[in-house]
Amino acid sequence: MNFCRGIPGLTGLFLFSLFLGGCTTRPRADLIICNGAEPQTLDPALVSGQLEGRLCSALLEGLLRRDARGKAVPGTAEKWTTSPDGKVYTFTLRPNLRWSNGDPLTSSDYRWSWLRALHPATASPYSEIFYFIRGAEAYHSGKSPSESVGIETPDERTLVVHLEHPTPFFPALTAFTTYLPVHQATVEKFKDGWIRPENWVGNGPYRLLDWEINDRVSLKKNPLYHTPGRVQIERIDALAVNRASTAFNLYSSDQADVLLDKGMIPSLILPELRGRSDFHPGPLLATYFYRFNVTRPPFNDVRVRRAFALAIDKEIITEKITRGNEPVAQSLTPRGIADYLPPEGLPPDPETARALLKGAGFPEGRGFPRVSLLYNKSELNEQIAVEIQAQWKRVLGVEVELRNQEWATYLRSLDTLDFDIARSSWVGDYDDPNTFLDCFVTDRGNNRTGWSNPEYDSLLTHARSEPNPARRLELLQKAETLLLTDALPIIPIYHFIGCLMFDPNKWGGLYPNLLDEHPLSEITKQTR
Amino acid sequence: MITFIIRRLLSSIPVGVAVVVICFTLVRLAPGSPFSSERALDPVTKQMLEAKYRLTGSIPTQLFCYLSQVAKGDLGESLKYRGRSVVEIIGQSLPRSILLGSISFLISLGLGIPLGAWAAARNRDQVGSILNGLAILSLSVPTFILAPTTVLLFSFYFHLFPPAGWGEPSQLVLPAFALALPFVGVCARLVRSGLLETLGSDFIRTGRSKGLSEPKLVLLHALRPAILPLISYAGPLAAGILTGSLLIEETFAIPGVGQFFVSGVINRDVFLVSGVVLVYCAFLLFFNLVADWLTALLDPRIRLHS
Amino acid sequence: MKIRIFLIAFILIVGAAVIGPWLSPYGVSEVSSMRLASPSLTHWLGTDLHGRDLLTRLLYGGRISLLVGLVGASVSLLVGVAYGLTAGYLGGRIDNAMMRLVDTLYALPRIVLVIVLISLFDLKLKGFLDTTPFAFLAPHARLLLLFVALGLVEWLTLARIVRAQVLSIKERPFVLSSRLIGQTTPTILIRQILPQVFPIVLTYLTLALPAVILEESFLSFLGLGVQAPLASWGTLLADGASLLNPIHTPWWCIVFPSFALASSLLLLNFIGDQLKKDGR
Repeated sequence: MNFCRGIPGLTGLFLFSLFLGGCTTRPRADLIICNGAEPQTLDPALVSGQLEGRLCSALLEGLLRRDARGKAVPGTAEKWTTSPDGKVYTFTLRPNLRWSNGDPLTSSDYRWSWLRALHPATASPYSEIFYFIRGAEAYHSGKSPSESVGIETPDERTLVVHLEHPTPFFPALTAFTTYLPVHQATVEKFKDGWIRPENWVGNGPYRLLDWEINDRVSLKKNPLYHTPGRVQIERIDALAVNRASTAFNLYSSDQADVLLDKGMIPSLILPELRGRSDFHPGPLLATYFYRFNVTRPPFNDVRVRRAFALAIDKEIITEKITRGNEPVAQSLTPRGIADYLPPEGLPPDPETARALLKGAGFPEGRGFPRVSLLYNKSELNEQIAVEIQAQWKRVLGVEVELRNQEWATYLRSLDTLDFDIARSSWVGDYDDPNTFLDCFVTDRGNNRTGWSNPEYDSLLTHARSEPNPARRLELLQKAETLLLTDALPIIPIYHFIGCLMFDPNKWGGLYPNLLDEHPLSEITKQTR
Repeated sequence: MITFIIRRLLSSIPVGVAVVVICFTLVRLAPGSPFSSERALDPVTKQMLEAKYRLTGSIPTQLFCYLSQVAKGDLGESLKYRGRSVVEIIGQSLPRSILLGSISFLISLGLGIPLGAWAAARNRDQVGSILNGLAILSLSVPTFILAPTTVLLFSFYFHLFPPAGWGEPSQLVLPAFALALPFVGVCARLVRSGLLETLGSDFIRTGRSKGLSEPKLVLLHALRPAILPLISYAGPLAAGILTGSLLIEETFAIPGVGQFFVSGVINRDVFLVSGVVLVYCAFLLFFNLVADWLTALLDPRIRLHS
Repeated sequence: MKIRIFLIAFILIVGAAVIGPWLSPYGVSEVSSMRLASPSLTHWLGTDLHGRDLLTRLLYGGRISLLVGLVGASVSLLVGVAYGLTAGYLGGRIDNAMMRLVDTLYALPRIVLVIVLISLFDLKLKGFLDTTPFAFLAPHARLLLLFVALGLVEWLTLARIVRAQVLSIKERPFVLSSRLIGQTTPTILIRQILPQVFPIVLTYLTLALPAVILEESFLSFLGLGVQAPLASWGTLLADGASLLNPIHTPWWCIVFPSFALASSLLLLNFIGDQLKKDGR
């Protein structure tokens, strides 16, 4: 009986101790951002997502870095020079660079980090981004030793990079996540576990203070950063939130100061937000599109593909479904890349669409085989699919089945070309059309349509070795025209927009930009 | 007593092994790779990764590798959250789920039992019917409606509690109630039906004829046997509620372990899934054992033997 | 007396779900430009994001949800009763082994089973159905798999309940006597024991039906249930939940599906309660 009386007390004690253990109330960080889902890793060589990249660039710094407007500016390199043929870059590092543990940072740290990311055993998902460097591809496939890769370190402050072809955007590329340096001794000592907060050594404006799974990543200003005066916010917490509505609720109740991603704002309320002073939309280098599987009927017939493309009214999608004033996509490459004018593409044309389908042997959709539209389940994908399905039915008389799959199955269906039409999207890695157009070269992993066109391939090959920038973009534009008005293995639907939510009276240093780069170190607190 | 516990523990081992074997096999059988992403992975890299995590060869081989590793106490590394071990992930998120879950569990029982008893006592009039209807209603609202509605109502309309987040006690209130509500309904119904049955039985009638008051009858005499079905239900309930829920965790931004049951399968993160399933299985077996023990304690007629 | 009212109300709901979609002037997946229109004379319950008539979708969704509930509950009934009867009657080692299997399946998260089942067999089943005379079922292959998956996991509780009942019933005198007069095991199970466990099974059925309907709604929420643009109450609720936000919520997209689901579940539960009372 005594024991029974003790139960409530014991339970209370148990709960209380749990409470203390699980709920350590900590002081609020100076800035709390909603960063998106839980980061998969913070190892720059393994990062493939934007949200991880954002944290990495706060913790590590490349030769160049992106500023608040997405422009590539000097990072650890104070200057760089190009050889006359545009194939050799010489970077000079700032003097007295240090890692967060006090070790000196030298040019060989960069060489080692890049070779590490390129090494097949590292299994970096982004190793291709080094292929601009001479010998990198051969090294990655194990055909040649590391000495054959065109990276040299004549002295501690100089890094010389030999490229395969003239690549005008190479310096900007060194600001990309995969090009960030890592601390050799730490990585060798702790292996995969080097990314834990207690082991972390970096060279960026921030240090990794704490990392709680699915909760937050805490960053603290790095006093050993080369220009600590540039960094204003002392401590930043990046919350991991999976759902747009939750992130928005956190923001609305002041538990988060900044929403850094369009994915963190429920699309239904975008129209209501448009007039608000804390809503900051901007164009983005990313495209939502549909793929055809051109290896099997009926979409091996370009007339059918064209009919399907012409039957879509994209305005309805951006107006009623995505609701963010997204630009309708007529091309794969979004507008806004310097000096590049994407082709016009095909405006909707129901009459021609019907005629084309008739020409292909399916007058008013009669006798059309059963085809399906594949997407991975998410609100938006489903809503867009429902809408486009209805449009195809209305215009072409074709009943397309919808087929949703969960993520991994969907990716597998894409890779094995087990679909008829599939939704897709592509986010540009750097501001050049090549990041989009290269996907559709024959047999590229990202092709995922089965489409192959020798002329397209040769246009891109030529563009790669073309030293004249204007001529190069011309070739790329020709390739894109071929892709989108003649062959149509894909239908671009709309270009994503980036949206930031923050109170401009409280926070500064955040600007919508094409690359959606929002370096945390540039954020400032407004003092008014 | 002790032999009972030992026998139960021994018979739990094959169940645990079977659960992990089935779970591992199913996740490996599912189409798709844990390493794929929207950006296509080149085949060399994929092979490297599969070799690194010992996911090459036939499924039985992989399973054997994994089981021998588990036998040494190593649950492997997450395939999605690279560089983090399953033990570390569970170690960080399980305590949070347990904290939230125990509060919810206490709410479920603390509200469910009195409500059920009240409904049983007033069985013949309107109050009983209304309570019963409310109980059913509470268990027929899906969580994905309940959770966001609670947020809208109590955070944005009444401004009582924060809508989401983790770290402050006040942030626990809404998720704890949203998690508990369906179970309040179930508990209330189980107690009510149990009580109605015992209230009609002979020994209560004897008590009533002796002139005992109705509340005294219910609380002192009828509740003890009537609560038995609730206890056998509470075993699995505790296991489920303490390991969290995907919807609650996502809606309230709670970094618990519940979401891994779903996201782990979706990401084909086979080691993480097997790890959390193993934990769930252990909880389930443990709480079933406790439930059986409590049942025997409350009802002397039942003897413990497996 | 009361039970009749409940039954009639429930039959009305079922009838509306079966006949309603035919009578409606709108198609279940018919998109229109009247998006998120509030309830009016043309759209009695308003429209959704795609301008589809909510009433039509609700009635159609009722068909699917009630069917899922019915099939799921029946599968669990058949498997659960058979399994429980066998385990309980045979007893001993066999019983022990059979119950360990139940424990194992119980500890396995359902979601694992459902995801794997659907992703492995969805297309295969579809392809297979196309070659059979049942080609009209091919678009619903996923629904069929959902039935299988739900049936696979929903019988566990019932098997436990039935087994526990059988364990006590089989020791009663009338069973022993029929064994003595030489009746075979199947005969005893079906003639003597089954009628005894029947009342509790019936009560359980009215509890399992809502459970299955809710389970389907959760799976639909995760995108593993009914395939768009078709609807179930679960998908309608999930769509409604995605429209919930602190600024402007189209209430009709949440209130009406919730009402349909909740009222059906309430009715089923009341019917179950009354059946139990009458059985006593």
